Amino acid sequence: MSQPARIPLRDEFKSRAHDALGDAQLRRNFRGAMDSLMEKRAAAFSDADERERLRTLGNHIRARALSRLPDLLEQLESNLTANGVQVHWAETTEQANRIVLDIAERRQARQVIKGKSMVSEEMDMNHVLADHGIECLESDMGEYIIQLDHEKPSHIIMPAIHKNADQVARLFERELGEPYTRDVNELIQTGRRILRQKFFDADIGVSGVNFAVAETGTLVLVENEGNGRMSTTVPKVHIAVTGIEKVVAHLRDVVPLLSLLTRSALGQPITTYINMISRPRQAGERDGPEEVHLVLLDNGRSQAFADGELRQTLNCIRCGACMNHCPVYTRVGGHTYGEVYPGPIGAIITPHLVGLDKVPDHPSASSLCGACGEVCPVRIPIPSLLRRLREENVSRPDPGHAVMRGQGSKYSALESTVWKLWRTLYTRPLLYRLFRFFATRLRALTPSRLGPWTEHRGAPKPAARSLHELARKHLEQPR
Amino acid sequence: MNAPRTFVPQATRVAEPAAAPRTYPEHKPERIYLFGTCVVDLFFPEAGMDAIRLLEREGIQVVFPQAQSCCGQPAYTSGYTDQAREVARAQLALFDQDWPVVVPSGSCAGMFRHHYQELFAGEPDTLARARAVAERTYELAEFLLHVCRVELHDQGPPTEVALHTSCSARREMHTHHHGRALLDQLSGVRRVDHDHESECCGFGGTFCVRMPDISGAMVADKTRSLRDSGAARVVSADAGCLMNINGALEKQRAPLQGQHLASFLWQRTGGQP
Repeated sequence: MSQPARIPLRDEFKSRAHDALGDAQLRRNFRGAMDSLMEKRAAAFSDADERERLRTLGNHIRARALSRLPDLLEQLESNLTANGVQVHWAETTEQANRIVLDIAERRQARQVIKGKSMVSEEMDMNHVLADHGIECLESDMGEYIIQLDHEKPSHIIMPAIHKNADQVARLFERELGEPYTRDVNELIQTGRRILRQKFFDADIGVSGVNFAVAETGTLVLVENEGNGRMSTTVPKVHIAVTGIEKVVAHLRDVVPLLSLLTRSALGQPITTYINMISRPRQAGERDGPEEVHLVLLDNGRSQAFADGELRQTLNCIRCGACMNHCPVYTRVGGHTYGEVYPGPIGAIITPHLVGLDKVPDHPSASSLCGACGEVCPVRIPIPSLLRRLREENVSRPDPGHAVMRGQGSKYSALESTVWKLWRTLYTRPLLYRLFRFFATRLRALTPSRLGPWTEHRGAPKPAARSLHELARKHLEQPR
Repeated sequence: MNAPRTFVPQATRVAEPAAAPRTYPEHKPERIYLFGTCVVDLFFPEAGMDAIRLLEREGIQVVFPQAQSCCGQPAYTSGYTDQAREVARAQLALFDQDWPVVVPSGSCAGMFRHHYQELFAGEPDTLARARAVAERTYELAEFLLHVCRVELHDQGPPTEVALHTSCSARREMHTHHHGRALLDQLSGVRRVDHDHESECCGFGGTFCVRMPDISGAMVADKTRSLRDSGAARVVSADAGCLMNINGALEKQRAPLQGQHLASFLWQRTGGQP
């Protein structure tokens, strides 16, 4: 598994989008999968009033937790420590990887088995461990599939959603020497058979965290395949990695958030497994890891936290509903974004993780249709935040007062001047009147090719008379 | 968290958002302001005139301030907030009487109703005015339905239409309910659904030129589903979407055309085109 992944280069969003749009199979895979997910979510929230009340509650729980984030993190650390869990703080992904490597070296680990974790993707943990001679195997079926194909997740919940059964069958045939079958159950059985032994061979199990409960020191982990439970109970060491925003104050907060998460993500009333991890194996207990570690990763989250508006980004409970409902994501797929988190939530969180200048096109990759904000289970105003990031993209920071890393990288003197002229036109009635006059009288001269617009559409031609003129004549109003 | 995947494409019906409550005045006003919008002004002026005629038929005097221009949305959604604010300020100054402001476009109405308050959050005096204007701003279909309580008498031959609602109209102004209710008053008009009805047409203001490939793919899908619906006409209350959809239909040399809801309602109810 030490072969480098095909990680696309940054700053090439549009060309990747172009390629994805031309890939008919990819388009069909995403459209079909997203349609199905949208239907499932809609069916899971059949009562609109209940859904909206629950979303409001979810928003309040997350906002309340974030308002006390530093205190809650300390409370979480103190309760976890009292339970016997070792808590580590990492500001950067390098630090987080160092922590994991130190544990692995101390335990002389050769093999790591991983439950699904997007934070470990942020850390690129598989490759970092591989570089140190440690095999890191994904145990989530979707993650396992893309790891076999040296790919990155294309969706935060369903990492292999860009592949259909035929593509998975051919992959298994090629990489595992399995006979070709498109029977999804058989394919899953193949993966299960191979993975099962790996759980027993692994020295360390790594997992993500869905919610970290401060008052009890509990790590909540949801999953459907049982691989999360195996990863966190069979190996002698369990390392959980999570972003600092995943903390909630109370155990009771988890109940509505779980309901929102599973219904928004896959339309499930509840996941097959809900793991609540509080401590390592105690004397006299027959299973469970000897050591449990929690790595709390910042990786740019405090930057979002520092701004009252951008902080709402951290409400996210990683359900993926915004992707499933996004007409852009549905068409270009997750790999087009070239980052760990694709889709609308990716477009608002990635700038904090890697710097806005590294992903300048992401906030623009939205028609601001609002579908993402409408389905977000914790009411993150994603369209407003996309708009805000567009503003930061073209605003050069005041010296010493940058809102975020990479701010202002899309500033262009030309575009800035165009918008100033636009403002002048629309704030000077006489000027606008002149403009209308020429636009309507010279409509025959409207060019038939208008840049990108006419690649897919005919050129719009102004009417012979503007509404201003027609209305004035009709209403006989003084000018 | 991974579940068994299904690969079967299915037509999708997304649950409707719960409508935001709004109380409407008990009586029709004597006068209203019309804010025509910049796209209607130059590209669909007849839709603006049909809006005026529909309102006048309800006994309402329409005031059209000649100094109006654009709501500021293009700059606002592009991140040029300061430029948007100045254009918005110029509009706000024009609607100082206590008359409703009616807008024949959902997204521009949404700008007045929701985003001016964000633009002027740091200017208490202007913010108060922005709030007052927001309170009395209506999208045209909403105003006809809930304030005029219009009763439409269809005089046209039987036909089938597909209604496209702009995303901001749908999500900020809930006008898909209003457009449907108005069309349903027309006895000879049957509304036909089109596949992925609630999905964006790909216009998105400057999105269509910033991300031309994605926008092009979106409008290609939208026009395909509109053509497949069997509708004789596309009706929409948003001029931006209409420009996008009509432009694509024209490029495809499709006989189908989109028409502004105001013009469709006016012509169906005996008004002369």
